[in-house]
Amino acid sequence: MAISVKVMKRPEAGRTSYMRATLKGMSLTLKHMVRPDSVTLEYPEEQPALHPRWRGTHRMEVHADGRPKCVACGLCPTVCPANCIRLVGGEDDQGNRYPIVYEIDEFRCIFCGMCQEVCPVEAIHVGRHFENAEYTRDRFVYDLDRLMEQDHATTLLWDPSDPRSE
Amino acid sequence: MNHFSTFWFVVIGAIKVLAVFTVLMVVVAYMTFAERRVSAFIQDRLGPNRVGPQGLLQPIADGIKNILKEETMPATASKFYFLLGPALAITPALVTFAVIPFAAPLPTPWGTVDMIVADVPIGVLYILALSSLGVYGLVLGGWASNNKYAFLGGLRASAQMVSYEVALGLSLVAVLLLSGNVTLTEVVAKQQALEFWFVFPLSLAFIFFMVSAFAETNRLPFDMPEAESELVTGYHTEYSAMKFSMFFIAEYAHVVTASALMATLFFGGWDVPFWTGDDMFYHQGALIRGFDAAGAPIPATPTVLVTLLTLASFCAKTAFFLLLFIWVRWTLPRFRYDQVMHLGWKVLLPAALIYIMLVAGTMLVLDQLGVPFGFRYGLALTGVSGLATLAFLFVADRDRIIGGAHKKRAGRRLPAETSAS
Repeated sequence: MAISVKVMKRPEAGRTSYMRATLKGMSLTLKHMVRPDSVTLEYPEEQPALHPRWRGTHRMEVHADGRPKCVACGLCPTVCPANCIRLVGGEDDQGNRYPIVYEIDEFRCIFCGMCQEVCPVEAIHVGRHFENAEYTRDRFVYDLDRLMEQDHATTLLWDPSDPRSE
Repeated sequence: MNHFSTFWFVVIGAIKVLAVFTVLMVVVAYMTFAERRVSAFIQDRLGPNRVGPQGLLQPIADGIKNILKEETMPATASKFYFLLGPALAITPALVTFAVIPFAAPLPTPWGTVDMIVADVPIGVLYILALSSLGVYGLVLGGWASNNKYAFLGGLRASAQMVSYEVALGLSLVAVLLLSGNVTLTEVVAKQQALEFWFVFPLSLAFIFFMVSAFAETNRLPFDMPEAESELVTGYHTEYSAMKFSMFFIAEYAHVVTASALMATLFFGGWDVPFWTGDDMFYHQGALIRGFDAAGAPIPATPTVLVTLLTLASFCAKTAFFLLLFIWVRWTLPRFRYDQVMHLGWKVLLPAALIYIMLVAGTMLVLDQLGVPFGFRYGLALTGVSGLATLAFLFVADRDRIIGGAHKKRAGRRLPAETSAS
């Protein structure tokens, strides 16, 4: 099928009423002026409703005794497309692996949420949170302690049987 | 009128100047605020509402910001004229308000004080002379910036101001014909005597005046000199901080003055509608409220209450026009440059000339018939003007005068139209 161009029918000269059009516009703007139907979200006071699958600042899940759930398997730095996760794993006397260094550069992160999807022990999560402004750039590299301190809600993973999260 | 000694005349004059200047600056400041808030409401936004309750302190914050910002000086600018531009723009805008009466005379224990800064006998001429001086500031600023956009803005400002000055002056001629005087206090008094605000007997002149006023103040739909989408911001492209702010203040001061003028010339000035208790004017040096059946003057007794009421009336009318300025700005799109010139020279000028002939002819007939200057006189003129207005609007409407781009295409078919199935 060929692409067709839709030609807008313009009124012929002598058939347009500029007066009426002007008055119509004036009445429309007046209607909005006297009954403002504001769509503005007054942000610091009003918070936007975040979607359950909103992907924001990371957080690290913690065991009851305060240890991170991370087992330093190395899947998240491998899968990370932005290469923003730095992980140095270690092993304790019982042979449990744990992260010695776990850093996420929130500047490099593209918030794809693949680290959360790939994690076998549900340790690293992206969260429903976005207010992470800082005064210096180096504050944007979150270390392990900082990731464990985060207490915002974690992102709901995509469920193929419920693709629209209903 | 002028029964004070020179010393007291100067003192009272200085007090009035200070009061009017202060009020004018505050109104201008809040006009910028009102513009932002009202435009936001029209566009379903909120506008500035953070500084103070409902954002009422925003103009003060703006002022502080503008004073503290860096004053830039383009390297290639002509320094003297660059500095002179904003000053020249702001001064005429502020001084034109001097001849506008804003309330009925105020009685004080020392005598009656006229509520007007300078009741000069050349009122309207003074306004015409000074309001057109404002264009020098824009042209100088635009030229001295040594910037092509600024220069084009200044150029457009001068062309537009000169064009619409003609229509403005001609629409005023009808007012002057009817009032028989150029003093604005007299214009107000005549409107009280006629028992008609001039907007009714001179409806077409009011339309011409309003359109010209919009063009003279460079407001949308006539903001050619600063057309953002074409000229960056036109004549004040190179200005920053307080100098930019001065151009802004000048524009808004012009708007306030134009609104006050429309209220004074066509809407009875400080006249309170449907009430004759406020009628008072000077007749041979004495303040009177009219003539009795025998033609003897009836002395008027000005009171503070009447002064306050008339002041409120004047403020309400001016505020209405200020709102109209904002309202129109956020409704109508900008004219094309040739349309502006076309409207000014080929529509308003001849139409205003014909209308003056019509008003003068009607007045001549009425005078010959011996109709006294009063209600019936006004009614007859209202009828004639109403017909003229309807005729003008009928001809001006329906795309006959200002056409869109499609008008040039008439008779020529688009290729797409022929090939479309």
